[in-house]
Amino acid sequence: MSAKPKIAFYEFTSCEGCQLTVVDSLQLYPELLEAVDIVRFREAMSEMGDDYAIAFIEGSCSRPSDEAPIKAIREKAALVVALGACAHLGGINTIRNRHDLGEVRRFVYGDKAEWYDTYPARPISAVIKVDAAIPGCPIDRHEFVRTVKRLLQGRAPELPDHPLCVECKLKENVCLYLRGTTCLGPIVRAGCDAICPTYGDSCEGCRGLVPNPNIEHLKEVLTEHGLSVDQTLAKMTQFLTYQVMEMEAAGHGDPQPAH
Amino acid sequence: MATPNLRIDVHHVTRVEGHGNIVVDVQNGQLKQCDLEIVETPRFFEAMLRGRPYGESSHITSRICGICAVGHATASLRATENALGVVPSEQTVLLRKLNFHGEMLDSHILHAYMLVAPDLLGVGSVIPLAKSAPEVVLRALRMKKLAGDLCAALCGRHTHPIAMTVGGFTHFPSREQLGELRERLIAMRPDVEATVELFTQLKLPAFERDTEYVALRAKGEYCYIDGEIASSDGGALPLTDYRKVTNEHLVRHSSAKRTHHMRESYMVGALARFNINFDELHPKAKSAAAAIGLKPKVTNPYLNTAAQVVEIVHCSEDAIRLCDVLIKRGLTWEEPVKPARLSGEGVGACDVPRGTLFHNYVIADGLVTGANCIIPTGQNLSNIEGDMRALVPTMLDRKPPEITLALEMLVRAYDPCISCSTHMLNVRFE
Ligand code: SF4
Ligand code: SF4
Ligand code: SF4
Repeated sequence: MSAKPKIAFYEFTSCEGCQLTVVDSLQLYPELLEAVDIVRFREAMSEMGDDYAIAFIEGSCSRPSDEAPIKAIREKAALVVALGACAHLGGINTIRNRHDLGEVRRFVYGDKAEWYDTYPARPISAVIKVDAAIPGCPIDRHEFVRTVKRLLQGRAPELPDHPLCVECKLKENVCLYLRGTTCLGPIVRAGCDAICPTYGDSCEGCRGLVPNPNIEHLKEVLTEHGLSVDQTLAKMTQFLTYQVMEMEAAGHGDPQPAH
Repeated sequence: MATPNLRIDVHHVTRVEGHGNIVVDVQNGQLKQCDLEIVETPRFFEAMLRGRPYGESSHITSRICGICAVGHATASLRATENALGVVPSEQTVLLRKLNFHGEMLDSHILHAYMLVAPDLLGVGSVIPLAKSAPEVVLRALRMKKLAGDLCAALCGRHTHPIAMTVGGFTHFPSREQLGELRERLIAMRPDVEATVELFTQLKLPAFERDTEYVALRAKGEYCYIDGEIASSDGGALPLTDYRKVTNEHLVRHSSAKRTHHMRESYMVGALARFNINFDELHPKAKSAAAAIGLKPKVTNPYLNTAAQVVEIVHCSEDAIRLCDVLIKRGLTWEEPVKPARLSGEGVGACDVPRGTLFHNYVIADGLVTGANCIIPTGQNLSNIEGDMRALVPTMLDRKPPEITLALEMLVRAYDPCISCSTHMLNVRFE
């Protein structure tokens, strides 16, 4: 019997892109395979173990029948890690939370809509306690490896608390605001090396908001650059609809132009 | 000994993308049920696009699938561009083709080496394979890394592409990067040859069932982007007529929609492309096909993986050619082409690793008001079931585990992407 920590991967509503990024991380850091014993990774393995210490969950909870298996994972695992934006924030799947779900089902499945069970998509932490999250859509492979290493050392992983703009400036990118494009960088958690602005596109917030995001300040900056506040805030509903709706329910934050 | 009663129930087939079950029920030697159930969560992407600015569509729909992210993004951009009267530049077309080869290589290498080879070598996954045949696994990882690096140089990352946008790109590789990729692709040739060699040795199961094959086709190239919809039963249709081919319908045991065209079912993917576009393959890919023993028309679905290996040869050689062309003409930092209008309807189509993919959008005043995405695995589901129904009766004298493995391997041969179709496989023998 091996004494290596056993880890398992599970997926709920997701595109499996984060698990693929895990495969890519293993190709960059093969030593990781030596340090752990992967007992379940359905996408890549037929062998299946049911005994593990760390569970990585990819995907959001988006239907009633997802809840029991998510809770069962919590019962078994000493540590549960949300893998990627879908699990961490609800992510892309939450776009539909702003639509009437009955209508969404009818739109895709017509008069067969009632065959398909669904409800608003939620992050895993809305269902069970989650010990750590690896943000991003997809996750950053280096951050994944760092997190696993820290967990193996028995330390809690740390996420950067500063906004993306800090990293973006270090990359010496020309700010998209100066090119007349909106960007969520000022309120989004750094850690991806500002990869989107570096490749010429604005940040869409897949890593989630910094603690206490200064949305008022963001609005001022936008107005200063003559950019649309509405359009920028609407961008938040791409990955952060769940958080936006929570803010609205709590009575602060900004009501979104309904999509 | 014949099995008069047999129930197979494979819950969540492994080594495929997404969740699906295989259910087989034989009573008194009669096949009562033989289904591929899709149990993936419905994703509702088409509904989620409604009301979003057109520029977000490719970013949202790439999240349908982490493996075919570039394919979804490309089909999405083509649909939007056709809707809004955008004609991308020649450089954009070349870069998109090169990027596409990166994804095709990444996906085919993953499938052939990590998902299929373990069955052929009698192990449960690539992990024991790393112990028993490390050079095979290292080769796969080397090739896969280059494919990923190719996409990363062009669009930031393979899952999910960043720099691809309506009308062009927001970032460009440098000449040096292209030169380096070219060198690495050339250096990869021995690995590609070894891959072909491996698949000449591995025995894929024998099973024949002729069906209709559907793929995109265009003059003068082995088509992956745009073109027309061609059928092995004859004829071709323009992309805008895609609904005449796909005839989507729902079946109760699946959250993925099904399709049929001339016959009860049709097949899309590497084997279909091979059958339809064989003449356009790179000469080296044709030799690889000859070495593996593939000659169109191939009617054994298990050979889809072999056709993927032929495409690995084609894509790596064509990627070298595209690098040469791009280096020779020089890269310019082009601004994306602006839309001619903000309302319209358009269809975009690509032949992604698993087959033909269609995106169809209606846009009004810059916002998406209607969307339809038809995914390769969805088109293959009825055909997989057709194969299962033909295969099971020929195997009733075998032991259930053998039948189960044959069915799982069949399903895996199609390289189903269930998270796409809405995700896939578990075999349940009932
Ligand atoms: S976070 Fe993004 S990459 Fe990861 S599973 Fe969800 S959609 Fe895919
Ligand atoms: S481009 Fe975005 S992330 Fe970069 S500095 Fe500007 S606002 Fe911040
Ligand atoms: S730049 Fe923004 S959208 Fe892009 S990966 Fe980083 S956090 Fe996500």
